[in-house]
Amino acid sequence: MGLESVMFGKKLKNPMILASGILGMTRASLEAACENGCGAVTAKSLTPEPRKGHDGPNIVEVEGGLLNAMGYPNPGIDAGLKEFGGWKRSEALIISIVGKDKKEFAGLAEKVETARKTLGATAIEAVMSCPHTPGYGTMAGQGTPECVSSITSAIKAKTKLPLIIKLSPSVPGEGKAAKAAEDAGADAINMGNSLGPGMLIDIHRRRPFLGFGVGGMSGPAIKPVVIRCIYDIYDAVEIPIIGTGGVNSGRDAIEMMMAGATWVGAGTTAYYRGAEAFGQICREMEAWMKSNNATKLRDVIGAAHE
Amino acid sequence: MLPMNKIHTNIVKKVSPENYRVKTIEIEHALEEALPGQFLMVWMPGTGERPMSIGNGYPLTISVAKVGKVSDAITSLKPGDMISYRGPLGKPFAVPKDARSVLVVGGGYGVVPLYFLAKRAKENGIGTVAVLGARSARDIIYERQLFAVCNEVFVTTDDGSHGKKGTVMAEAEWLIGSKRFDCVYACGPEMMMRAVAEMCRKHRVPCQVSLERYMKCGVGVCGSCVISGKTVCRDGPVFSGEEALAMDEFGKPHRDATGALHER
Repeated sequence: MGLESVMFGKKLKNPMILASGILGMTRASLEAACENGCGAVTAKSLTPEPRKGHDGPNIVEVEGGLLNAMGYPNPGIDAGLKEFGGWKRSEALIISIVGKDKKEFAGLAEKVETARKTLGATAIEAVMSCPHTPGYGTMAGQGTPECVSSITSAIKAKTKLPLIIKLSPSVPGEGKAAKAAEDAGADAINMGNSLGPGMLIDIHRRRPFLGFGVGGMSGPAIKPVVIRCIYDIYDAVEIPIIGTGGVNSGRDAIEMMMAGATWVGAGTTAYYRGAEAFGQICREMEAWMKSNNATKLRDVIGAAHE
Repeated sequence: MLPMNKIHTNIVKKVSPENYRVKTIEIEHALEEALPGQFLMVWMPGTGERPMSIGNGYPLTISVAKVGKVSDAITSLKPGDMISYRGPLGKPFAVPKDARSVLVVGGGYGVVPLYFLAKRAKENGIGTVAVLGARSARDIIYERQLFAVCNEVFVTTDDGSHGKKGTVMAEAEWLIGSKRFDCVYACGPEMMMRAVAEMCRKHRVPCQVSLERYMKCGVGVCGSCVISGKTVCRDGPVFSGEEALAMDEFGKPHRDATGALHER
Protein backbone atom coordinates (compact mmCIF):
# COMPACT_ATOMS: atom_id res chain seq x y z
CA MET A 1 0.00 0.00 0.00
CA GLY A 2 1.17 3.50 -0.66
CA LEU A 3 1.40 6.49 -2.87
CA GLU A 4 4.17 5.22 -5.15
CA SER A 5 3.79 6.28 -8.73
CA VAL A 6 5.78 6.04 -11.94
CA MET A 7 6.37 8.97 -14.28
CA PHE A 8 7.77 8.05 -17.70
CA GLY A 9 9.73 5.17 -16.19
CA LYS A 10 10.93 7.06 -13.11
CA LYS A 11 9.65 5.82 -9.77
CA LEU A 12 8.11 8.57 -7.61
CA LYS A 13 7.57 8.37 -3.85
CA ASN A 14 4.17 10.01 -4.38
CA PRO A 15 2.11 11.69 -7.15
CA MET A 16 2.47 15.23 -5.72
CA ILE A 17 4.09 17.73 -8.11
CA LEU A 18 5.26 21.24 -7.28
CA ALA A 19 3.51 23.34 -9.95
CA SER A 20 5.65 25.64 -12.08
CA GLY A 21 6.00 29.23 -10.91
CA ILE A 22 5.69 28.28 -7.25
CA LEU A 23 8.88 28.56 -5.20
CA GLY A 24 10.84 27.11 -8.13
CA MET A 25 13.20 29.99 -8.96
CA THR A 26 16.32 28.14 -7.87
CA ARG A 27 17.70 24.65 -7.63
CA ALA A 28 17.90 24.99 -3.85
CA SER A 29 14.21 25.87 -3.64
CA LEU A 30 13.28 22.85 -5.81
CA GLU A 31 15.34 20.68 -3.48
CA ALA A 32 13.54 22.22 -0.50
CA ALA A 33 10.18 21.30 -2.13
CA CYS A 34 11.42 17.70 -2.42
CA GLU A 35 12.40 17.73 1.25
CA ASN A 36 8.94 19.11 2.00
CA GLY A 37 7.32 16.08 0.40
CA CYS A 38 6.93 16.54 -3.36
CA GLY A 39 7.40 13.46 -5.56
CA ALA A 40 8.24 15.67 -8.54
CA VAL A 41 9.05 19.35 -8.98
CA THR A 42 8.55 21.75 -11.86
CA ALA A 43 11.15 24.46 -12.39
CA LYS A 44 10.19 28.07 -13.04
CA SER A 45 9.07 28.46 -16.67
CA LEU A 46 11.91 29.50 -18.95
CA THR A 47 11.73 31.84 -21.96
CA PRO A 48 14.42 32.42 -24.63
CA GLU A 49 15.59 35.68 -23.02
CA PRO A 50 15.62 36.82 -19.35
CA ARG A 51 12.39 38.51 -18.22
CA LYS A 52 11.80 40.75 -15.20
CA GLY A 53 8.07 40.06 -15.20
CA HIS A 54 5.25 42.51 -14.56
CA ASP A 55 5.52 45.48 -12.21
CA GLY A 56 4.05 44.82 -8.77
CA PRO A 57 1.79 44.23 -7.05
CA ASN A 58 2.10 40.69 -8.45
CA ILE A 59 -0.05 38.67 -6.06
CA VAL A 60 -3.03 39.35 -3.85
CA GLU A 61 -5.33 37.17 -1.82
CA VAL A 62 -8.98 37.19 -2.85
CA GLU A 63 -11.88 35.09 -1.56
CA GLY A 64 -11.10 31.48 -2.32
CA GLY A 65 -7.58 31.90 -3.58
CA LEU A 66 -4.87 34.11 -4.99
CA LEU A 67 -4.90 36.38 -8.00
CA ASN A 68 -1.46 36.66 -9.60
CA ALA A 69 0.20 38.40 -12.49
CA MET A 70 3.87 37.51 -12.27
CA GLY A 71 4.57 37.86 -16.02
CA TYR A 72 7.12 35.04 -16.27
CA PRO A 73 10.09 36.48 -14.41
CA ASN A 74 12.97 34.11 -15.23
CA PRO A 75 16.67 34.25 -16.02
CA GLY A 76 16.20 32.87 -19.57
CA ILE A 77 16.71 29.34 -20.90
CA ASP A 78 20.54 29.34 -20.86
CA ALA A 79 20.94 30.54 -17.26
CA GLY A 80 17.92 28.45 -16.24
CA LEU A 81 19.30 25.16 -17.55
CA LYS A 82 22.57 25.96 -15.79
CA GLU A 83 20.70 26.66 -12.53
CA PHE A 84 18.55 23.51 -12.61
CA GLY A 85 20.89 21.11 -14.43
CA GLY A 86 22.74 18.11 -13.04
CA TRP A 87 19.64 16.88 -11.19
CA LYS A 88 20.37 13.59 -9.44
CA ARG A 89 17.62 13.31 -6.84
CA SER A 90 15.06 10.50 -6.65
CA GLU A 91 12.26 13.05 -7.17
CA ALA A 92 11.52 13.89 -10.81
CA LEU A 93 12.51 17.26 -12.27
CA ILE A 94 10.22 18.76 -14.92
CA ILE A 95 11.62 21.59 -17.04
CA SER A 96 8.94 24.10 -18.01
CA ILE A 97 9.25 26.13 -21.20
CA VAL A 98 7.10 28.93 -22.54
CA GLY A 99 7.30 30.55 -25.96
CA LYS A 100 5.43 33.07 -28.06
CA ASP A 101 4.96 30.70 -31.02
CA LYS A 102 5.98 27.28 -32.30
CA LYS A 103 9.35 28.60 -33.47
CA GLU A 104 10.22 29.84 -29.98
CA PHE A 105 8.97 26.61 -28.40
CA ALA A 106 11.06 24.58 -30.87
CA GLY A 107 14.16 26.68 -30.10
CA LEU A 108 13.67 26.16 -26.35
CA ALA A 109 13.12 22.41 -26.83
CA GLU A 110 16.32 22.22 -28.85
CA LYS A 111 18.30 23.81 -26.00
CA VAL A 112 16.76 21.40 -23.49
CA GLU A 113 17.62 18.47 -25.80
CA THR A 114 21.23 19.66 -26.12
CA ALA A 115 21.51 19.69 -22.32
CA ARG A 116 19.42 16.52 -21.84
CA LYS A 117 22.19 14.08 -20.92
CA THR A 118 23.53 16.22 -18.06
CA LEU A 119 20.22 17.87 -17.13
CA GLY A 120 18.70 14.91 -15.29
CA ALA A 121 15.13 16.01 -16.09
CA THR A 122 12.32 13.44 -16.43
CA ALA A 123 10.09 15.52 -18.69
CA ILE A 124 9.64 18.83 -20.42
CA GLU A 125 6.45 20.81 -19.90
CA ALA A 126 5.24 23.30 -22.50
CA VAL A 127 2.88 25.94 -21.16
CA MET A 128 0.18 27.25 -23.50
CA SER A 129 -2.15 28.54 -20.88
CA CYS A 130 -0.92 31.60 -18.99
CA PRO A 131 -3.88 34.01 -18.73
CA HIS A 132 -2.00 37.24 -18.00
CA THR A 133 1.10 37.68 -20.16
CA PRO A 134 0.78 39.41 -23.55
CA GLY A 135 2.22 37.31 -26.36
CA TYR A 136 1.96 34.05 -24.40
CA GLY A 137 -0.65 31.44 -23.49
CA THR A 138 -4.32 32.27 -23.79
CA MET A 139 -3.51 35.94 -24.50
CA ALA A 140 -1.83 34.71 -27.71
CA GLY A 141 -4.65 32.27 -28.54
CA GLN A 142 -2.44 29.23 -27.85
CA GLY A 143 -5.26 27.14 -26.40
CA THR A 144 -6.95 26.20 -29.69
CA PRO A 145 -6.58 22.60 -30.93
CA GLU A 146 -4.78 23.83 -34.10
CA CYS A 147 -2.25 25.85 -32.13
CA VAL A 148 -1.73 23.10 -29.53
CA SER A 149 -1.18 20.60 -32.33
CA SER A 150 1.40 22.63 -34.23
CA ILE A 151 3.38 23.62 -31.11
CA THR A 152 3.34 20.03 -29.81
CA SER A 153 4.66 18.71 -33.15
CA ALA A 154 7.35 21.39 -33.28
CA ILE A 155 8.62 20.47 -29.80
CA LYS A 156 8.44 16.70 -30.39
CA ALA A 157 10.59 17.17 -33.50
CA LYS A 158 13.36 18.66 -31.34
CA THR A 159 13.50 16.58 -28.17
CA LYS A 160 13.33 12.98 -27.01
CA LEU A 161 12.24 13.97 -23.50
CA PRO A 162 8.65 13.04 -22.64
CA LEU A 163 6.45 16.08 -23.31
CA ILE A 164 3.70 17.42 -21.05
CA ILE A 165 1.32 19.98 -22.55
CA LYS A 166 -0.08 22.40 -19.98
CA LEU A 167 -3.56 23.59 -20.92
CA SER A 168 -5.88 26.22 -19.55
CA PRO A 169 -9.18 25.61 -17.73
CA SER A 170 -10.36 28.92 -19.22
CA VAL A 171 -10.55 27.86 -22.88
CA PRO A 172 -13.72 25.98 -23.84
CA GLY A 173 -13.21 22.60 -25.50
CA GLU A 174 -10.42 21.34 -23.24
CA GLY A 175 -11.03 17.77 -24.44
CA LYS A 176 -10.42 18.76 -28.08
CA ALA A 177 -7.23 20.64 -27.22
CA ALA A 178 -5.99 17.66 -25.20
CA LYS A 179 -6.80 15.25 -28.05
CA ALA A 180 -4.92 17.53 -30.47
CA ALA A 181 -1.90 17.39 -28.18
CA GLU A 182 -2.13 13.60 -27.91
CA ASP A 183 -2.45 13.18 -31.68
CA ALA A 184 0.60 15.40 -32.18
CA GLY A 185 2.69 13.19 -29.89
CA ALA A 186 2.30 14.65 -26.38
CA ASP A 187 3.07 12.19 -23.58
CA ALA A 188 0.85 13.77 -20.92
CA ILE A 189 -1.58 16.65 -20.37
CA ASN A 190 -1.34 19.04 -17.45
CA MET A 191 -4.77 20.50 -16.70
CA GLY A 192 -4.43 23.25 -15.79
CA ASN A 193 -3.22 26.72 -15.14
CA SER A 194 -4.65 29.66 -13.23
CA LEU A 195 -8.20 30.58 -14.27
CA GLY A 196 -9.30 33.80 -15.86
CA PRO A 197 -7.91 36.37 -16.03
CA GLY A 198 -9.70 38.04 -13.15
CA MET A 199 -9.43 41.44 -11.52
CA LEU A 200 -9.47 42.93 -8.05
CA ILE A 201 -10.36 46.60 -7.77
CA ASP A 202 -9.28 48.44 -4.64
CA ILE A 203 -12.33 50.58 -3.91
CA HIS A 204 -10.38 53.11 -1.82
CA ARG A 205 -7.97 53.81 -4.64
CA ARG A 206 -10.60 53.23 -7.36
CA ARG A 207 -8.32 51.15 -9.55
CA PRO A 208 -7.21 47.56 -10.21
CA PHE A 209 -4.78 46.38 -7.53
CA LEU A 210 -2.42 44.24 -9.57
CA GLY A 211 0.35 46.05 -11.44
CA PHE A 212 -0.72 44.36 -14.66
CA GLY A 213 -4.40 45.07 -13.96
CA VAL A 214 -5.59 41.49 -14.43
CA GLY A 215 -4.27 38.21 -13.08
CA GLY A 216 -4.82 34.46 -13.00
CA MET A 217 -6.98 33.00 -10.25
CA SER A 218 -5.64 30.01 -8.31
CA GLY A 219 -6.58 28.22 -5.13
CA PRO A 220 -9.62 26.35 -3.74
CA ALA A 221 -12.21 28.41 -5.67
CA ILE A 222 -11.02 27.14 -9.08
CA LYS A 223 -10.96 23.45 -8.11
CA PRO A 224 -14.48 22.57 -9.36
CA VAL A 225 -13.69 24.03 -12.79
CA VAL A 226 -10.41 22.14 -13.03
CA ILE A 227 -12.03 18.89 -11.81
CA ARG A 228 -14.62 19.16 -14.59
CA CYS A 229 -11.91 19.83 -17.20
CA ILE A 230 -9.90 16.80 -16.02
CA TYR A 231 -13.05 14.67 -16.12
CA ASP A 232 -13.65 15.69 -19.76
CA ILE A 233 -10.01 15.21 -20.78
CA TYR A 234 -9.90 11.74 -19.18
CA ASP A 235 -12.70 10.73 -21.54
CA ALA A 236 -10.98 12.33 -24.54
CA VAL A 237 -7.41 10.97 -24.34
CA GLU A 238 -5.41 7.85 -23.41
CA ILE A 239 -2.26 9.63 -22.19
CA PRO A 240 -1.95 10.39 -18.45
CA ILE A 241 -3.10 13.64 -16.89
CA ILE A 242 -1.55 15.91 -14.26
CA GLY A 243 -4.35 17.66 -12.38
CA THR A 244 -3.38 21.15 -11.20
CA GLY A 245 -5.66 23.74 -9.63
CA GLY A 246 -6.94 24.33 -6.12
CA VAL A 247 -5.66 21.25 -4.32
CA ASN A 248 -5.29 22.15 -0.65
CA SER A 249 -5.84 18.83 1.16
CA GLY A 250 -5.48 15.08 0.73
CA ARG A 251 -9.20 14.82 -0.05
CA ASP A 252 -8.82 17.42 -2.82
CA ALA A 253 -6.01 15.35 -4.34
CA ILE A 254 -8.07 12.14 -4.16
CA GLU A 255 -10.99 13.95 -5.83
CA MET A 256 -8.70 15.13 -8.62
CA MET A 257 -7.42 11.60 -9.17
CA MET A 258 -10.96 10.25 -9.24
CA ALA A 259 -11.69 12.77 -12.01
CA GLY A 260 -8.82 11.20 -13.94
CA ALA A 261 -5.51 12.65 -12.82
CA THR A 262 -2.52 10.28 -12.50
CA TRP A 263 -0.44 12.98 -10.76
CA VAL A 264 -1.48 16.07 -8.84
CA GLY A 265 0.12 19.51 -9.12
CA ALA A 266 -0.15 22.06 -6.32
CA GLY A 267 1.13 25.54 -5.55
CA THR A 268 -1.23 27.97 -3.89
CA THR A 269 -1.52 25.53 -0.97
CA ALA A 270 1.93 26.82 0.06
CA TYR A 271 0.23 30.13 0.81
CA TYR A 272 -2.41 28.58 3.05
CA ARG A 273 -0.39 25.82 4.68
CA GLY A 274 3.23 26.87 4.22
CA ALA A 275 5.99 25.10 2.31
CA GLU A 276 5.32 21.89 4.29
CA ALA A 277 1.88 21.57 2.64
CA PHE A 278 3.01 19.04 0.00
CA GLY A 279 4.07 16.35 2.44
CA GLN A 280 1.06 17.01 4.65
CA ILE A 281 -1.30 16.52 1.70
CA CYS A 282 0.39 13.19 0.90
CA ARG A 283 -0.03 11.99 4.47
CA GLU A 284 -3.71 12.96 4.31
CA MET A 285 -4.08 11.00 1.04
CA GLU A 286 -2.51 7.96 2.65
CA ALA A 287 -4.82 8.21 5.65
CA TRP A 288 -7.87 8.50 3.40
CA MET A 289 -6.81 5.49 1.33
CA LYS A 290 -6.21 3.43 4.43
CA SER A 291 -9.65 4.15 5.89
CA ASN A 292 -11.31 3.60 2.51
CA ASN A 293 -9.63 0.32 1.62
CA ALA A 294 -7.78 1.69 -1.39
CA THR A 295 -4.41 -0.05 -1.53
CA LYS A 296 -2.88 1.70 -4.55
CA LEU A 297 -3.42 4.83 -6.59
CA ARG A 298 -4.76 2.72 -9.48
CA ASP A 299 -7.85 2.09 -7.32
CA VAL A 300 -8.52 5.82 -7.27
CA ILE A 301 -7.46 7.19 -10.68
CA GLY A 302 -10.51 7.72 -12.88
CA ALA A 303 -12.79 6.12 -10.26
CA ALA A 304 -15.50 8.72 -10.89
CA HIS A 305 -15.95 7.47 -14.47
CA GLU A 306 -18.37 4.63 -15.21
CA MET B 1 -4.85 29.17 7.43
CA LEU B 2 -3.51 32.70 7.18
CA PRO B 3 -5.95 35.51 7.74
CA MET B 4 -7.09 37.31 4.59
CA ASN B 5 -4.06 39.22 3.45
CA LYS B 6 -6.01 42.44 3.35
CA ILE B 7 -5.02 45.63 1.55
CA HIS B 8 -5.06 48.49 4.05
CA THR B 9 -5.57 52.06 2.86
CA ASN B 10 -5.04 54.82 5.40
CA ILE B 11 -4.01 58.46 5.66
CA VAL B 12 -0.45 59.76 6.02
CA LYS B 13 -0.29 61.68 9.29
CA LYS B 14 3.25 63.02 9.34
CA VAL B 15 6.29 63.03 7.06
CA SER B 16 9.68 63.86 8.60
CA PRO B 17 13.07 63.87 6.91
CA GLU B 18 15.72 61.66 8.60
CA ASN B 19 18.58 62.70 6.33
CA TYR B 20 19.27 63.77 2.75
CA ARG B 21 17.29 60.88 1.28
CA VAL B 22 15.37 59.06 4.01
CA LYS B 23 11.92 60.12 5.14
CA THR B 24 9.85 58.72 7.98
CA ILE B 25 6.15 58.31 7.20
CA GLU B 26 3.73 58.08 10.10
CA ILE B 27 0.34 56.60 9.17
CA GLU B 28 -3.03 57.09 10.88
CA HIS B 29 -3.29 53.42 11.73
CA ALA B 30 -2.61 51.47 14.91
CA LEU B 31 -1.43 48.16 13.43
CA GLU B 32 -1.38 46.46 16.80
CA GLU B 33 -0.43 43.00 15.56
CA ALA B 34 2.77 44.33 13.94
CA LEU B 35 5.91 42.94 15.58
CA PRO B 36 9.52 44.15 15.25
CA GLY B 37 11.21 42.55 12.23
CA GLN B 38 8.02 42.31 10.18
CA PHE B 39 7.41 44.34 7.04
CA LEU B 40 4.71 45.87 4.86
CA MET B 41 4.31 45.59 1.09
CA VAL B 42 3.63 49.23 0.27
CA TRP B 43 1.59 49.78 -2.89
CA MET B 44 1.94 53.03 -4.81
CA PRO B 45 -0.79 52.81 -7.49
CA GLY B 46 0.62 53.17 -10.98
CA THR B 47 4.20 52.73 -9.73
CA GLY B 48 4.60 49.39 -7.97
CA GLU B 49 4.89 47.64 -4.65
CA ARG B 50 7.93 47.28 -2.36
CA PRO B 51 8.68 45.72 1.02
CA MET B 52 9.35 48.21 3.84
CA SER B 53 10.47 47.41 7.39
CA ILE B 54 8.08 48.49 10.10
CA GLY B 55 9.68 51.14 12.33
CA ASN B 56 6.79 51.30 14.78
CA GLY B 57 3.40 49.60 15.18
CA TYR B 58 1.20 52.30 16.66
CA PRO B 59 1.19 54.71 15.01
CA LEU B 60 2.31 52.62 12.08
CA THR B 61 5.63 54.02 10.85
CA ILE B 62 8.02 53.28 8.00
CA SER B 63 11.27 54.97 6.98
CA VAL B 64 12.01 55.00 3.29
CA ALA B 65 15.21 55.80 1.40
CA LYS B 66 14.71 57.38 -1.99
CA VAL B 67 16.46 54.85 -4.23
CA GLY B 68 14.03 54.00 -7.07
CA LYS B 69 10.67 54.84 -8.59
CA VAL B 70 8.50 53.28 -5.88
CA SER B 71 10.51 54.76 -3.00
CA ASP B 72 10.53 58.13 -4.85
CA ALA B 73 6.74 58.00 -4.87
CA ILE B 74 6.55 57.04 -1.19
CA THR B 75 8.95 59.79 -0.10
CA SER B 76 6.90 62.33 -2.10
CA LEU B 77 3.80 61.64 0.03
CA LYS B 78 2.39 64.56 2.03
CA PRO B 79 0.28 64.55 5.21
CA GLY B 80 -3.33 63.86 4.23
CA ASP B 81 -2.39 61.64 1.26
CA MET B 82 -3.57 58.03 1.08
CA ILE B 83 -1.12 55.16 1.51
CA SER B 84 -1.91 51.48 0.81
CA TYR B 85 -0.14 48.36 2.02
CA ARG B 86 -0.41 44.66 2.81
CA GLY B 87 0.84 43.36 6.13
CA PRO B 88 2.25 42.87 8.65
CA LEU B 89 4.17 40.14 6.77
CA GLY B 90 7.09 37.85 7.60
CA LYS B 91 8.55 36.34 10.73
CA PRO B 92 9.45 38.81 13.51
CA PHE B 93 12.51 38.92 15.76
CA ALA B 94 12.18 36.42 18.60
CA VAL B 95 13.12 37.60 22.07
CA PRO B 96 14.26 34.81 24.43
CA LYS B 97 12.00 34.22 27.42
CA ASP B 98 13.32 35.99 30.52
CA ALA B 99 15.74 38.09 28.44
CA ARG B 100 17.16 41.00 30.44
CA SER B 101 19.65 42.56 28.10
CA VAL B 102 20.03 42.57 24.32
CA LEU B 103 22.40 44.10 21.79
CA VAL B 104 21.27 45.52 18.45
CA VAL B 105 23.78 46.10 15.65
CA GLY B 106 22.53 48.26 12.79
CA GLY B 107 24.33 49.08 9.56
CA GLY B 108 22.97 52.04 7.59
CA TYR B 109 19.20 51.98 7.22
CA GLY B 110 19.02 48.51 8.81
CA VAL B 111 18.53 50.34 12.09
CA VAL B 112 14.78 50.90 11.43
CA PRO B 113 13.39 47.51 12.61
CA LEU B 114 16.02 47.43 15.39
CA TYR B 115 14.61 50.67 16.80
CA PHE B 116 11.14 49.07 16.91
CA LEU B 117 12.68 46.05 18.67
CA ALA B 118 14.51 48.23 21.22
CA LYS B 119 11.32 50.22 21.88
CA ARG B 120 9.34 47.05 22.57
CA ALA B 121 12.21 45.71 24.69
CA LYS B 122 12.12 48.82 26.86
CA GLU B 123 8.33 48.50 27.26
CA ASN B 124 8.93 44.95 28.47
CA GLY B 125 11.69 45.89 30.91
CA ILE B 126 14.55 44.59 28.75
CA GLY B 127 17.66 46.74 28.46
CA THR B 128 19.11 47.40 25.02
CA VAL B 129 22.58 48.44 23.94
CA ALA B 130 22.83 49.69 20.34
CA VAL B 131 25.70 49.92 17.90
CA LEU B 132 24.89 52.04 14.91
CA GLY B 133 27.18 52.42 11.92
CA ALA B 134 27.17 54.05 8.51
CA ARG B 135 29.51 55.35 5.83
CA SER B 136 29.39 58.95 6.92
CA ALA B 137 27.62 61.30 9.35
CA ARG B 138 24.95 62.10 6.78
CA ASP B 139 24.00 58.41 6.46
CA ILE B 140 23.26 57.96 10.17
CA ILE B 141 19.54 57.82 10.92
CA TYR B 142 17.48 57.04 14.05
CA GLU B 143 20.27 58.04 16.47
CA ARG B 144 17.97 60.32 18.48
CA GLN B 145 15.20 57.72 18.54
CA LEU B 146 17.60 55.01 19.74
CA PHE B 147 18.90 57.21 22.56
CA ALA B 148 15.33 57.45 23.86
CA VAL B 149 14.87 53.67 24.19
CA CYS B 150 18.38 52.23 24.74
CA ASN B 151 20.65 52.13 27.78
CA GLU B 152 23.69 52.96 25.63
CA VAL B 153 24.21 53.88 21.97
CA PHE B 154 27.57 53.58 20.17
CA VAL B 155 27.98 55.24 16.78
CA THR B 156 30.63 54.53 14.15
CA THR B 157 31.27 55.95 10.69
CA ASP B 158 33.69 54.68 8.07
CA ASP B 159 35.18 58.17 7.60
CA GLY B 160 35.06 59.24 11.26
CA SER B 161 32.74 62.19 10.50
CA HIS B 162 30.50 61.16 13.39
CA GLY B 163 31.09 58.88 16.38
CA LYS B 164 34.08 56.58 16.30
CA LYS B 165 35.97 56.05 13.03
CA GLY B 166 35.66 52.50 11.74
CA THR B 167 32.93 49.88 11.39
CA VAL B 168 30.35 48.56 13.84
CA MET B 169 32.35 45.34 14.13
CA ALA B 170 35.04 46.63 16.50
CA GLU B 171 32.40 48.03 18.88
CA ALA B 172 30.25 44.93 18.58
CA GLU B 173 33.18 42.60 19.27
CA TRP B 174 34.19 44.53 22.35
CA LEU B 175 30.60 44.58 23.67
CA ILE B 176 29.89 40.90 22.97
CA GLY B 177 33.20 39.93 24.54
CA SER B 178 32.82 42.01 27.70
CA LYS B 179 29.09 42.12 28.53
CA ARG B 180 26.39 39.52 28.89
CA PHE B 181 23.61 39.67 26.29
CA ASP B 182 20.70 37.24 26.02
CA CYS B 183 20.55 37.82 22.27
CA VAL B 184 22.21 39.92 19.57
CA TYR B 185 20.16 41.32 16.66
CA ALA B 186 21.74 42.52 13.42
CA CYS B 187 20.28 44.27 10.41
CA GLY B 188 22.29 45.92 7.65
CA PRO B 189 24.68 44.91 4.86
CA GLU B 190 24.85 41.12 4.57
CA MET B 191 28.62 40.90 5.05
CA MET B 192 28.22 42.79 8.32
CA MET B 193 25.45 40.43 9.45
CA ARG B 194 27.59 37.45 8.55
CA ALA B 195 30.45 38.83 10.62
CA VAL B 196 28.10 39.44 13.58
CA ALA B 197 26.67 35.90 13.29
CA GLU B 198 30.18 34.40 13.22
CA MET B 199 31.24 36.49 16.18
CA CYS B 200 28.16 35.39 18.16
CA ARG B 201 28.90 31.76 17.31
CA LYS B 202 32.43 32.24 18.65
CA HIS B 203 31.15 33.80 21.88
CA ARG B 204 28.21 31.38 22.13
CA VAL B 205 25.58 34.12 22.20
CA PRO B 206 22.24 33.62 20.40
CA CYS B 207 21.89 35.87 17.40
CA GLN B 208 19.26 36.86 14.84
CA VAL B 209 19.70 38.59 11.51
CA SER B 210 17.19 40.21 9.15
CA LEU B 211 17.83 39.38 5.49
CA GLU B 212 16.83 41.23 2.36
CA ARG B 213 16.22 39.86 -1.13
CA TYR B 214 14.33 40.99 -4.23
CA MET B 215 10.74 40.30 -3.23
CA LYS B 216 7.52 40.03 -5.20
CA CYS B 217 4.58 38.19 -3.59
CA GLY B 218 5.52 38.73 0.07
CA VAL B 219 3.62 35.61 1.15
CA GLY B 220 5.93 32.65 0.42
CA VAL B 221 4.57 31.59 -2.95
CA CYS B 222 6.45 33.01 -5.94
CA GLY B 223 9.99 32.17 -4.85
CA SER B 224 11.60 35.44 -6.04
CA CYS B 225 13.28 36.03 -2.66
CA VAL B 226 14.60 32.52 -1.97
CA ILE B 227 17.95 32.16 -0.28
CA SER B 228 19.32 28.62 -0.14
CA GLY B 229 15.78 27.20 -0.44
CA LYS B 230 14.16 29.47 2.19
CA THR B 231 11.82 32.34 1.35
CA VAL B 232 12.96 35.62 2.90
CA CYS B 233 9.37 36.93 2.83
CA ARG B 234 7.81 34.08 4.80
CA ASP B 235 10.48 31.84 6.35
CA GLY B 236 12.24 35.15 7.21
CA PRO B 237 13.13 37.94 6.93
CA VAL B 238 14.44 37.15 10.41
CA PHE B 239 16.62 34.04 10.71
CA SER B 240 18.74 32.84 13.59
CA GLY B 241 22.47 33.35 13.09
CA GLU B 242 22.94 29.58 12.87
CA GLU B 243 20.20 29.21 10.22
CA ALA B 244 21.76 32.02 8.20
CA LEU B 245 25.32 30.65 8.51
CA ALA B 246 24.04 27.30 7.21
CA MET B 247 22.89 29.03 3.99
CA ASP B 248 25.51 28.90 1.26
CA GLU B 249 24.08 32.08 -0.28
CA PHE B 250 24.34 34.11 2.97
CA GLY B 251 26.67 37.05 2.49
CA LYS B 252 27.45 35.96 -1.03
CA PRO B 253 25.61 36.37 -4.34
CA HIS B 254 22.10 37.71 -4.79
CA ARG B 255 19.38 37.39 -7.44
CA ASP B 256 17.70 40.15 -9.44
CA ALA B 257 14.11 40.43 -10.73
CA THR B 258 14.74 37.78 -13.40
CA GLY B 259 16.17 35.34 -10.86
CA ALA B 260 19.68 35.59 -12.35
CA LEU B 261 22.61 35.32 -9.94
CA HIS B 262 25.01 38.20 -9.31
CA GLU B 263 28.13 38.29 -7.18
CA ARG B 264 28.03 40.87 -4.43
